[in-house]
Amino acid sequence: MISANLAAIFYLVSGILFILALRGLSSPDTSRQGNYFGIAGMIIAIVVTFLSIGNFSTSLVYVIIFLVIGGAIGAFIAFKIPMTAMPELVAGFHSLVGLAAVFVAIAAFLNPAAFNLGNVGDIKLASLIEMSIGAAVGAITFSGSIIAFLKLRGIMSGAPITFSGQHILNLIFGIGIFVLIFYLCKTQSANIFWTVIIISFLVGVLLIIPIGGADMPVVISMLNSYSGWAAAGIGFTLENTALIITGALVGSSGAILSYIMCKAMNRSFVSVILGGFGADNSTDDKKDKKDQKPVKSGNAEDAAFLMKNASSVIIVPGYGMAVAQAQHALREMVDKLKKNDIKVTYAIHPVAGRMPGHMNVLLAEANVPYDEVFELEDINNDFANSDVAFVIGANDVTNPVAKTDPKSPIFGMPVLDVEKCKSVLFVKRSLSPGYAGIDNELFYKDNTLMLFADAKKMTEDIVKNLD
Amino acid sequence: MEIDPFIFRSSIFILSIFIGYYVVWSVTPSLHTPLMSVTNAISSVIIVGAIIAALAGNSESTFNTSSIFGFIAIILAAINIFGGFLVTQRMLQMYKKKKDKKK
Repeated sequence: MISANLAAIFYLVSGILFILALRGLSSPDTSRQGNYFGIAGMIIAIVVTFLSIGNFSTSLVYVIIFLVIGGAIGAFIAFKIPMTAMPELVAGFHSLVGLAAVFVAIAAFLNPAAFNLGNVGDIKLASLIEMSIGAAVGAITFSGSIIAFLKLRGIMSGAPITFSGQHILNLIFGIGIFVLIFYLCKTQSANIFWTVIIISFLVGVLLIIPIGGADMPVVISMLNSYSGWAAAGIGFTLENTALIITGALVGSSGAILSYIMCKAMNRSFVSVILGGFGADNSTDDKKDKKDQKPVKSGNAEDAAFLMKNASSVIIVPGYGMAVAQAQHALREMVDKLKKNDIKVTYAIHPVAGRMPGHMNVLLAEANVPYDEVFELEDINNDFANSDVAFVIGANDVTNPVAKTDPKSPIFGMPVLDVEKCKSVLFVKRSLSPGYAGIDNELFYKDNTLMLFADAKKMTEDIVKNLD
Repeated sequence: MEIDPFIFRSSIFILSIFIGYYVVWSVTPSLHTPLMSVTNAISSVIIVGAIIAALAGNSESTFNTSSIFGFIAIILAAINIFGGFLVTQRMLQMYKKKKDKKK
C-alpha cells in the first residue's frame, strides 16, 4: 500500500516519461530510446495502481490473467502485421482505446464508490460530467475507428456515403448528447447515460462514412486526437495525472497531424469532416474527353535505358507501391543504379499513402537508409536538376493541375514538381484517375513515359534489364 | 478560499496540451507513423482505470457488472499497450542510416 500522494507523484513521473517518449521521435537516432521511456512510464503507472489499491485478493490474479491475455494478443498482432497494413492497425488500435474509455466510464458509473466519486445515484456533479464526456468521446472514437478500419481494409468501399440531411442529423445528435448530459446531471438516471453512449456510437459512424478514401490520412489523425481527448476525460474522472497528461499529449498530437495532412492537401478541416470528397461520379465525362490525348508508353527496357544513362534519379513512391508490395524490388533497382554511380534519392509527399509517414516506414522496411529519403519541401527544387523522376504508385501528388488549373478540386495543393525533370517514368496500371478522381496532366506531357504494369512486376523487369 | 482541485487538474491538462504541441511539432515527418502507434500505446494508460474497476469487486464476488467492464477494458488496453509499443519498436528498428549498412 502506498499513499495517494506518493502514487500521484509516480503518475507524474510516468506522464513525464511519456513526454520524453514523444520527444525521442524528433530523430530516428533517439527514437528507440524514446520508446523505452514510454514502456517504462507504462510499467510505473500499472505497478503504482496495483500498489495504491493494495487489494491482493483473487481479483488480482484475474487482473494479471486478463493483462497477459491482452498482452499476448497485442504482441502477436505487432509481430505478424505487415508494414503495408499499418493504417488499418492504427485505426484498429484507436477503436480499442475508445472502447476501453467507454467501459471504464461505465464501470465508474455503476460503481462510483470504487473510484471515490460518491455513490450510485449520487455521483459528484463534476465527475458525472467528466465521465459522460469521456464515454461519449470514447464511443465516437470506437465506432468511427471501426468504420475507418473497414474502409482501409477494403471491406467497406472507400467511396463516401452521403445522404441528404446528413449534416443536420449529425448536428442534432451532437446537440442531443449535450442536452442528455445536462439531464443526466440533474437526474443521475442510468437510462440517460446509456442513451448518451448509444447516440455517440451512432455519431462516430455518421461522422466517418461520408469521408472518402483520399482523406483517410486526416481521418486517422483525427481519430488519434479523439482517443486522446477520451483518455483525458477519463483522467479527470479518475483524478489521475498520468492519464490527463497523456490524453492532452495524444489529443494535441493527433490534432497537429490532422492539420499537417489537411495542409498537404490544401483542404480545410471542415471540408474534410463534411466529406463527400473522392466520389468518382462527376468525372466520367471528363475522362472520355482526355482519353483521346496522345500518351507515350514504354516498357521495362526503355525505362532501364533511360535510367542507366541518367546521372541523378528521384523516386516518387505512393500508395500503389504499398499495394503492389514493390518496395523491396524498388530497393534492388536502386542498388543497381547506385553501382553505376547514379545518384538516387526519394521524394515523399506528406499525404503519400494512407496515413502520415506511411511511405517512410515502407522504405525503411526495405532497408532504404532514412537519410536518402526527403520530404516535399526539401527536395522539390531538385527535380529541375535531375534527369529521371521514377513515379511508382503515386498519382495525385504529382499532378501539375494543382498549380495551373484553379477549377481543379486539388488546386493549391502542394505537389511534387515531377514534370520539371528531364524525363518522367510513370508506373501505373492504367490511365485511370487517382483517389481525388481527377485526370493527371502529367500522363500527356512530352517528357513522360508511361509504364503500364503492376508496380512490382515492372520494377523487377527493370532490374533484369539493368544488368 | 481554497482552490478547487479541478482547477489544478485543468492546469495540468492545459499545460500538457502546450507541451504536446511543441513536442509533436519537433517530430520529424518521417516518423509520423511511429508517432501514431506510440501515442496509441501511451493513451492506453487508461488501463489504470480498468484495473481500479476490476479490483473493486468485493471478496465474495470477484465479478460484478462494474468489475466485468473493468476486466474487458483491461484486455482491450493490454492489446493496445503491448501491440502499440512492440509495433513501434519494430518500425523504429528499421530506420537505419547509410553508414550502418554493410557494403
